[in-house]
Amino acid sequence: MTKLTTTTNLTNPDAVYAAIIDAHRDLTDEQSAAFNARMVLLLANHIGDDDIVLEALNAAQA
Amino acid sequence: MSEPEFKALYQYGYARSPDQDAPERPHHPVVVVGAGPVGLATAIDLAQRGHPVVVLDDNDKISEGSRAICFSKRALEVCDTLGVGEKMVQKGVTWNIGKVFQGEDQIYAFDLLPEDGHKRPAFINLQQYYVEAFLVERAGALANLDLRWRNELCAVAPGEDLAVLTIDTPDGRYEVSADWVVACDGARSPLRTMLGQEFVGKVFEDRFLIADVKMKASFPTERWFWFDPPFHQGQSTLLHKQPDDVWRIDFQLGRDADSALEKRPDRVMPRLKAMLGENTGVALEWVSVYTFQCKRMAEFVHGRIIFAGDAAHQVSPFGARGANSGFEDAHNLAWKLDALINGKAGPQIIAFYGEERERAADDNIGNSTRATDFISPKSGMALTFRNATLDLARHFDFAKAMVNSGRLSKPTPYGPGGLNTPDEDDWANSVTPGSPPVDAPLENDAGERIWLLDALGADFTLVCHGCDVKAAMPADMRIVTIGRNVTDSLGLFAQRYDTRPGSCLLFRPDQYLCARWRHFDRDKVIAAQQRALGFG
Repeated sequence: MTKLTTTTNLTNPDAVYAAIIDAHRDLTDEQSAAFNARMVLLLANHIGDDDIVLEALNAAQA
Repeated sequence: MSEPEFKALYQYGYARSPDQDAPERPHHPVVVVGAGPVGLATAIDLAQRGHPVVVLDDNDKISEGSRAICFSKRALEVCDTLGVGEKMVQKGVTWNIGKVFQGEDQIYAFDLLPEDGHKRPAFINLQQYYVEAFLVERAGALANLDLRWRNELCAVAPGEDLAVLTIDTPDGRYEVSADWVVACDGARSPLRTMLGQEFVGKVFEDRFLIADVKMKASFPTERWFWFDPPFHQGQSTLLHKQPDDVWRIDFQLGRDADSALEKRPDRVMPRLKAMLGENTGVALEWVSVYTFQCKRMAEFVHGRIIFAGDAAHQVSPFGARGANSGFEDAHNLAWKLDALINGKAGPQIIAFYGEERERAADDNIGNSTRATDFISPKSGMALTFRNATLDLARHFDFAKAMVNSGRLSKPTPYGPGGLNTPDEDDWANSVTPGSPPVDAPLENDAGERIWLLDALGADFTLVCHGCDVKAAMPADMRIVTIGRNVTDSLGLFAQRYDTRPGSCLLFRPDQYLCARWRHFDRDKVIAAQQRALGFG
């Protein structure tokens, strides 16, 4: 059974997207990669459901 | 074939004004600088309200080159009040659907008007020169609108209660003074420069080739946007239909493109052939290479000089927020100036024009900036995220919503507060005070279809659901009673505004909702109207 939400779940997706891009401004590629890794770990912990995280890992293979 | 020239499509000609022979400096209540869509809309609105208006323009022709092509539902509703909406819709190409492609595959489609029961469509495409020609024609029918071609503003002396303008003509210079000057002189506004006002914001480095081409083609009347199409790899392309078999095609060129080279027909034609096929007969109507900017003035109101349209704010074109927001500026300003000149409004009302339309400019610039950043990512990581979004959009709805090829122009809500009275009753999800109107179909006495927005007057209108309050209100308040002089047989008005018998809605002269109540209370209606007039 799928538990990962893949329909729109943010109030203002454009603003969140812009904030993510903005967070990478002035970072080197290495710093950006590290930033992304920290984000993934933070969000995975916030989700708090192992199955959903595993499902997301699968979905990101796209 | 040589490089296309900007041909004059309409030529109007200079005529000497009696002002130029006046023994003393003539004075006018309102002078509008610039006879583009925004200046003409402002002038027509004010003239229809009975004010004498002078419009100055440094040119005397409307040129080829389509410039703005997408006119929004809200702009058409504004143009309906100016007497040109129907002409625009008749001539224009109506569209509601947009499609986004990546490579050869469609990844996303959107319907900008997914429900029936609106007089106007989400958008029409129409060359700006037609819009200007319709507005000039309408202006010519108004005896109190004095449109002066080849009258170039060359100096302004702002005063506390008026401004003195020096105007250059083929017959030499003359001066006039005006109580109010509305500056609609475009993105490079000479008037803004004369006042020493800055125009600050963001300049995007990517260059875009914009071509209007004439061809017989069978693409549907939809907005088609490609990321990385096979015919223009690594860049984006936009295709849009206009009247007269003219199509607007935008090619993203990247940062290092040579503008002079790229607009040469021998460079443009191979791009078109790659996109449209070798055998499609294509003629270039107009071509140009642009970079885009998002900028605004810090304040739109400077004493007696008020800025509107591109002179006040400039956006990149993804989202059609330039000309459309300019029409909204004009519509927001005209009734306020009218009320102030007639002594019916508080002196602060013009500051509220600034507050409301500066908020709208931020909304438009925000949307336009985000779209431009998505289309032309500024860093390697931004490109990685953009491409990740496109990849995910093939499988997941949430990512489709993040794909940003331009968020198309919608009127900005001003919110409750300011001129708009906050709710004191409970309302379900519906149009809130300070929000732009939502149209709805109604029927008149004879059972004929009419539209809510046409039923609203040029002044404040109180729309009551089933309760006849005419006797209780001042004679100059327009009253529309649903269930008496008009009917809502489809129930769409009641649904969109969450009305029940007894509900009353007060609309401003620019059709924005400014207050609503579950039960009629004369004093509250008058208080809300006074607040909207700047006495709050």
